[in-house]
Amino acid sequence: MSPLLHVDSISKRFGGFVALDGIELEVQPGERLGLIGPNGSGKSTLVNCICGTLHNESGSVRFDGQAIDGLAAHERTHRGLARSFQLPRPFHSMSLADNLRIPLLYTVHARLGPLRSAGDLDSRCHELLDMVGLAKKAKQLPRDLTQVEMRKLELARAVAAEPKLLIADESMAGLSHSEIEDILALLVRLNERGITVILIEHIMSAVMSFSQRLAVLVSGKKIADGKPEDVVRNPEVVRAYLGQ
Amino acid sequence: MDISFDLLINAIAAGLLLGGFYAAVTAGVSISFGMLDIVNIAHPGFVILGSYLAYFLNINFGIDPILVSILMLPIFYALGALIYQVYYLSFEKRGQESLRGLAFFFGLLFVTEVSLILVFGVDYRYVEAAYIGPSIHLGLVDLPLRMLVPCIAALALFGAIELFISHTFTGRAIMAVSQDQLALQLMAADPIRIKRIAFGLSIAIAAVAGALLIIIQPIEPSVGREYIGRIFAICVLGGLGSMPGTLIAAVLLGIVESLTATFYGPSWAPAVSFGFLLLTLAFRPAGLLGR
Amino acid sequence: MTIVNTAKFSLIAIAVAAAVMAFAHWYNVDYLFFASYTILQFIVLATAWNILGGYCGYVNFGSAAFFAMGAYSSVFMHKFYPLPIPMLILIGAAVSGIAGFGMGYLTLRLRGSFFAIATLALAVVLQTLVVNWEYVGGSRGAYIIRPETIEFAGIQINYIEYLFGLMLGLAIIALVTARAIERSQLGFGFATIRDDELAAEACGVPTLRLKLIATTLSGAFMGMAGAPFPYYIGYLQPQSAFGLEYAVNSIAMPMIGGTTSWVGPLVGAILLGSAQQYATVTISSAVNLLIVGLMLVAFVIIAPNGLIGLVQEHLRKRRRS
Repeated sequence: MSPLLHVDSISKRFGGFVALDGIELEVQPGERLGLIGPNGSGKSTLVNCICGTLHNESGSVRFDGQAIDGLAAHERTHRGLARSFQLPRPFHSMSLADNLRIPLLYTVHARLGPLRSAGDLDSRCHELLDMVGLAKKAKQLPRDLTQVEMRKLELARAVAAEPKLLIADESMAGLSHSEIEDILALLVRLNERGITVILIEHIMSAVMSFSQRLAVLVSGKKIADGKPEDVVRNPEVVRAYLGQ
Repeated sequence: MDISFDLLINAIAAGLLLGGFYAAVTAGVSISFGMLDIVNIAHPGFVILGSYLAYFLNINFGIDPILVSILMLPIFYALGALIYQVYYLSFEKRGQESLRGLAFFFGLLFVTEVSLILVFGVDYRYVEAAYIGPSIHLGLVDLPLRMLVPCIAALALFGAIELFISHTFTGRAIMAVSQDQLALQLMAADPIRIKRIAFGLSIAIAAVAGALLIIIQPIEPSVGREYIGRIFAICVLGGLGSMPGTLIAAVLLGIVESLTATFYGPSWAPAVSFGFLLLTLAFRPAGLLGR
Repeated sequence: MTIVNTAKFSLIAIAVAAAVMAFAHWYNVDYLFFASYTILQFIVLATAWNILGGYCGYVNFGSAAFFAMGAYSSVFMHKFYPLPIPMLILIGAAVSGIAGFGMGYLTLRLRGSFFAIATLALAVVLQTLVVNWEYVGGSRGAYIIRPETIEFAGIQINYIEYLFGLMLGLAIIALVTARAIERSQLGFGFATIRDDELAAEACGVPTLRLKLIATTLSGAFMGMAGAPFPYYIGYLQPQSAFGLEYAVNSIAMPMIGGTTSWVGPLVGAILLGSAQQYATVTISSAVNLLIVGLMLVAFVIIAPNGLIGLVQEHLRKRRRS
């Protein structure tokens, strides 16, 4: 089975600073991959390069069997690649429902044709907000939300694009134990529906229970990639990240 | 083509001198735009303000313009610091610097220009000093002192800025603030205060450049607008925030402008800098020494 | 739904315009036609600017360039092959629209601040080109003799009334278009660009394409506003066509009126335009420009969402209590 996502030796520098150094990564369709590593190790840079927000200087990214290197970020989203931002980036001038309407209009519509009337759009927005527990705040503006609620909105907006691969970048920071359980359950449900998920997190309990496979990034290099129980016993991983 | 070598070499010499001066004018924007990421398009307005102040003090009190510029430093520094404070509180803090910050500076530029028109009128103004008039002759080359002296002063200023940036704590903090505000806070330096100092400095430099400008050429209020193109062309071409790049780009622009004015006429001169700017933005926005 | 909505609004707008036209025709004071023409022109310019500036968040400092291109394409056609003004308006729209597209294509991949500087550069480059172009008069300027009257729908009307009517029509078209965009998917996309371009891309919004649409539309409308200008003013000089007052006013009017809605530029243009007409006559044109500049700075600091924003805030507070 060919991988859904194949990151082939990508590197990224910022001036003299090497953010990513020859990263190799494969994600199989339907897989649940966890990505961990210390702050500044390059996790978000990797996501940015995969999604087209940043351009890698060398190497290539293949998604769903095709090279996507030259494609703009929005084109990659159209192909089924969606991500949430580590620091939430909501559309400030719009209500929560409208925030979700954007990916519906511009991605789902674009890919599947205008098959939804205004009413359908509204109910889909409501459904998505309900999924993350924000249905009551549908008409409010992002500035009225707490940080935690904004992260949930981020996640809902990424899911709204009906992706084949969802990259959740630290969606759980600051959540309570039961909220973490809820988000995990949501991600598992989405995965069962066929969405491949890459979970980037610092909350080890969540990562361990969710991931089928675990990759570790330290200082721009991948130092481990395998079964979670093996990876956490890897001495280099313990030294670089877990031991802290 | 029938180019007189004499004309050519003098055009290049003039361009070199002009370039040195342009570097000083742009140095302030290298700091505010290159390092602080503040698009202060009102910078030329402060240059012209400096020119008029030099004119005023020269005509009424006979003070030499270069001396005036040194006296003006603290005043314009304070002005710059004040403007940054307003800018920070109104825009940067709220994250709206893109649209509103630009409009703010544009408004400032406009208000400055129109105020000068109201106070001084649109006639050209000159200063008088001993070194305006005579030239040095080096073989084929004529170096008018009114261009040579400001060029030397400008290069001295430029050198001083470069030393300040690379060798003092505050200077290095300014470089740092452009790259990593968090690291700066960990160094127990207040980023806002550093930025305020930097912006005050950039305006002070503008004023000095203005005093030098009026030595080189007579001024009237709309001269500032021509400099917008030059300043940003040099800044972008030189690679934002790079002092050596700014100098190279400034000299390059000075020479090309001088050659254009000599061989095609002065009415094409504004197009040179703005054309440079457009081309650079379109094809090499990272500048000559691109990052 | 939106189409019916737009059709209804258009009908209302046309009705209002017809009423204004009828009243103006009956009242028939030349000076008022001249003054109102300027205000209507600013409505078009402010609305055009706002499509790119207010809706998308990309500041254009070179409004004068697009305006002047419309004006100078009329001058060119006048010498080359005279055409009726409505045709010139279409030509002006095409010329400035293409210019807007071209400039956008060159610079929109860059940050917003670079784009803004590039627009300034464009204005100066174009002005220099025009100043050196003898065919359209160069720095000496171009004269266009305006006929006294013109026949329209079987009656003879003053030429200035004809120009007034044309500009009124343009203003209506601009306002209807802006309003339609605002409420459409396109306008929604524009708002995401303004709010957070990176997030917009991640959601699948083709930001470059939308920005190009905005620059092209914005440029086209400015060109349309400029096309009748030589006939209005009779003697066109580069300094007046490329004048800084166009740049300042097309920014100040939407920002003071309010940038998030089509009403803002309308309000801004009427208020500021009328105030300037009054000030120019009573005080001086320089002082009047100074006031515009000061108001721009003041509003940008104190009331970032303009007058409309202040009203909306007030209504929201009333609703809460």
